[in-house]
Amino acid sequence: MSVSAARPGHAPMGEVPATEAQPRRRRFGPRERHDFWVFLALAGPNILLILIFSYRPVLQNIQYSMLNWTLGSASATWVGIGNYVEFFTSPNTLDILRVTAIFTVATVGGSMVLGLIIALALNRPVRGVGLARAAVFAPYVLSGVGVGLVWLFIFDPAIGILGVILRAIGLPGPEWFRDPNLTLAMVIIVYVWKNMGYAAVIYLAGLQAIPRDLLEAAALDGASSWRTFWSVVWPLLSPITFFLLITSVLASLQAFDIIQIMTPLGNGTTTLIYEVYLQAFGQFNRAGYSATVAVVLFVLLVVLTIVQLRYVERRVHYA
Amino acid sequence: MTVTLPKPAPPQGHPLSPRNLWSAALSSYVAIVVVVLIVALPLLWMVLSSFKSPAELITTTPTLFPESFAPTNYVEAAKRIPLVRLFFNSVLVTVIGAGIKVLLAIMTAYALVYVKFPFKNVIFAGILVTLMVPPQVSMLPNFLLISQLGGVNTYWGIILPGLGTGFGTFLLRQQFLSIPKSLTEAAEIDGAGHWRRLWQIVVPVSAPTIATVALVSIVFEWNDYLWPLIIITDPSMMTLPVGLNTLRNSEASALGYPLLMAGSVAIIVPVLIVFVALQRYIIAGLTQGAVKD
Repeated sequence: MSVSAARPGHAPMGEVPATEAQPRRRRFGPRERHDFWVFLALAGPNILLILIFSYRPVLQNIQYSMLNWTLGSASATWVGIGNYVEFFTSPNTLDILRVTAIFTVATVGGSMVLGLIIALALNRPVRGVGLARAAVFAPYVLSGVGVGLVWLFIFDPAIGILGVILRAIGLPGPEWFRDPNLTLAMVIIVYVWKNMGYAAVIYLAGLQAIPRDLLEAAALDGASSWRTFWSVVWPLLSPITFFLLITSVLASLQAFDIIQIMTPLGNGTTTLIYEVYLQAFGQFNRAGYSATVAVVLFVLLVVLTIVQLRYVERRVHYA
Repeated sequence: MTVTLPKPAPPQGHPLSPRNLWSAALSSYVAIVVVVLIVALPLLWMVLSSFKSPAELITTTPTLFPESFAPTNYVEAAKRIPLVRLFFNSVLVTVIGAGIKVLLAIMTAYALVYVKFPFKNVIFAGILVTLMVPPQVSMLPNFLLISQLGGVNTYWGIILPGLGTGFGTFLLRQQFLSIPKSLTEAAEIDGAGHWRRLWQIVVPVSAPTIATVALVSIVFEWNDYLWPLIIITDPSMMTLPVGLNTLRNSEASALGYPLLMAGSVAIIVPVLIVFVALQRYIIAGLTQGAVKD
């Protein structure tokens, strides 16, 4: 750019090598000391906020998780690992883990597969693609509460439009609100609808970054489009798939808004994260037990991140 | 290397074979139209339903358009929850929260890239780790801290715990690293200090990424639900999502849907407008590598 190119004569020639040689002798000269304070002034507030509101809670949860403590009550009893014993022996836990696993796999898989299909469909020089790309991304930025209410109305077994359509083509309208399997399916569908555009836009960017000559070479060699996709496109997309996998799994383990607004009691939809909320702020106000589940969830997130970094990255092709 | 001669087009099978239909669908406007409809229809249904009377909803033969576009349900919803006040609360929390967040992210990212400091990479990793701590995990300890400080039912109580930012810092650090060093070094030689280099060179050059971070923060603050839900109990201090939850609980019967759709319009449409106006910044931000020149 013009700024850097326009002033070669401006730099005092002798000075530049001198400052580069300095740090060898004096590591912490006045300039470094100045930088030290500048760094703290600039990054300090953010770091402090992160320490107080992200790090402290993780440690404090461990402390709370040892207590039998009703939220709002002034006293608590020390129970040691009692809450953990309860968590790992409770029959509820198995169900919560099952729901969490189904929810995560289905929302992540669903939105990534649909996102890729949409991206492939939109990856062509046709008018309207820009509009479609923006449209498909839109639900991702919308309020989960608003989206949840809209779909609640659509799914409503009594007056929802989905039931009307299903009955019109001769199918029974499912009891979306009552059957725990269906409540879970319903919430998953809404999350996939909301998140697929994110995957689509990112995949689309990846597809557009694939060099033309690679695809043309494959076509010249007579590769079918199916073959081209699996041998050329898919491997080149693997860094993006890896990125999406990580962000989507972490996001789905944090999914709250739509679950809460569509199924406030967590009937069939109590994931780990929703259990943390229900235990503390539901009807029982079991702060200690909620903290226990939060600790377990946090450990799970850490383990998952490490596993993903370890095993997925090895198979990733970086272009 | 073998020389491949151009081949004549291979036989494609029956014109209406599933494979041909599939590729035709993908390559034509059909795909685009289907994709747009999947997204647009539920939202359109929301807007139309927000004008329908309860009687129009219970019928077995629903109509597409409402009988009238009078804002009856909006007026009615505003009687159950202070809709205008909630809207104002949401705007206030969003503007202040996102504004501070973007500022903090810019300053932190600049410090991480341009300012000498011991163990900067460790600090950066420590900031990144927070992306892994979901708000639900920190919810209870933060609730206890903020309520001890008297933050229940206050604006600062809603805003403060969410201000620390890993996402914005991460995105802006990537962007700052991609700025040619010659740019800032030239300014440094001219005697510009960190503050001037930050605001006169780094920030203007990074405007699209900053817009992306700002937009994401705005959307996040506007939609944020869990934290305001637990820290606010006074209806006049609620943000829109929390107010809608109250409305949903008070309108348990099917007849409440028109009011809920009116509320959903109030929370969804402003974000849609912002998104339409600024979507090129998001898309530019997400495809950074390809767009940069």
